Amino acid sequence: MTRKQRRLYFVVLGLLAVGAAAALVLTALKEDIVFFFSPTEIVEAKVPTEGRRIRLGGLVETGSVVKEGASVRFTVTDGAHAVPVIYAGILPDLFREGQGVVTEGRMDKGTFQAAEVLAKHDENYMPKEVADSLKKSGQWQGDGGKTPEAAK
Amino acid sequence: MHRFANPARFLRIAALIQPWSVAVAVLALGAGLWFSLFASPADYQQGETVRIMYIHVPSAWMGMFCYTAMAVFSAMALIWKHPLADLLARATAPVGAAFTFVCLVTGALWGKPMWGTWWVWDARLTSMLLLLFLYLGYMALADAFDDPERGQKAAAILALVGVVNVPIIKWSVDWWNTLHQPASVVKMGGPAIDAAMMVPLILMAVGFKAYWVVVLILRARAEIAGAKLRTLRMAQIHAAGQLEQPRAEQGGS
Repeated sequence: MTRKQRRLYFVVLGLLAVGAAAALVLTALKEDIVFFFSPTEIVEAKVPTEGRRIRLGGLVETGSVVKEGASVRFTVTDGAHAVPVIYAGILPDLFREGQGVVTEGRMDKGTFQAAEVLAKHDENYMPKEVADSLKKSGQWQGDGGKTPEAAK
Repeated sequence: MHRFANPARFLRIAALIQPWSVAVAVLALGAGLWFSLFASPADYQQGETVRIMYIHVPSAWMGMFCYTAMAVFSAMALIWKHPLADLLARATAPVGAAFTFVCLVTGALWGKPMWGTWWVWDARLTSMLLLLFLYLGYMALADAFDDPERGQKAAAILALVGVVNVPIIKWSVDWWNTLHQPASVVKMGGPAIDAAMMVPLILMAVGFKAYWVVVLILRARAEIAGAKLRTLRMAQIHAAGQLEQPRAEQGGS
């Protein structure tokens, strides 16, 4: 084996070792790397929620946004389960029914007391005309929710 | 590949490529900026804010592309001891660092109106910040030794270790749930982005790559010229020393 070959094998083995180490670390830390929990994980108590500040993510259920004075109530769903949320503060521009959101706060007697609401954008980019024509032809698969009165 | 390790041959090829890469960079960036700022539609949800994407996404691609190139050059330098590969890796680092920085800044500017926050510690944003630190660490390490060869070697090893971060950045949005949206262009089932928005995106990406080629050639030529100059100076000093030596001996006797 020439010195060049030896160095080549050394670099390849080193990369494999570093890659394996990174994969193991990331798998072990999976629970800590996720940015938010889904309503299912919270309802089925797969994550400890009591007295902990956590993030809850999902879609704002259509028709669930209700404004109560300075605060707003809505339901975050992932299709299987839903968690009611109450929040007092300014909602981001993209917040609307059917839109993905990530809220940060605590669970309190079955209701999520949000201290912060962030809108989650999806990966679809299109001009307004295309979105409108998709909606008209019934091929729309996105949220399509209009901004509810309460969120304006 | 070994044929290109010869600096004289490299310089000849570089001189051929240089005017073309300048032309591609100027045309693609000019057309790309025109399309991104004026001749493309607003997004149905984001409105005009979508135009930040035409700088943000190609910058992110550049950050990952330059790091991968740097790691490949570093591997070539470590295995085959090509001085030219070291030089190209070092020339790529500041370009990649600058684009990574632009990506982080434009992302924050987009995040404030769209998400409602400048920054969150989700997997995509954190791994991208780590990429910037890897670039800065690489540049600092390469210059941290009195003997430049030792610095090069240490920095090349750092570049190779850090390359595991590149696939983590790419798939972070699929492996973990993040605030950052999943991939729109390079994904299963085709792009989720309208053709009218794809045009400026691709033009900007091509322009950024051509810009990297221009910078790479300019820096490589400057470094090779600098190395020649150093060799000439050393020879001069050496020759002067040889002239002085007999005189010193005469004076001593």
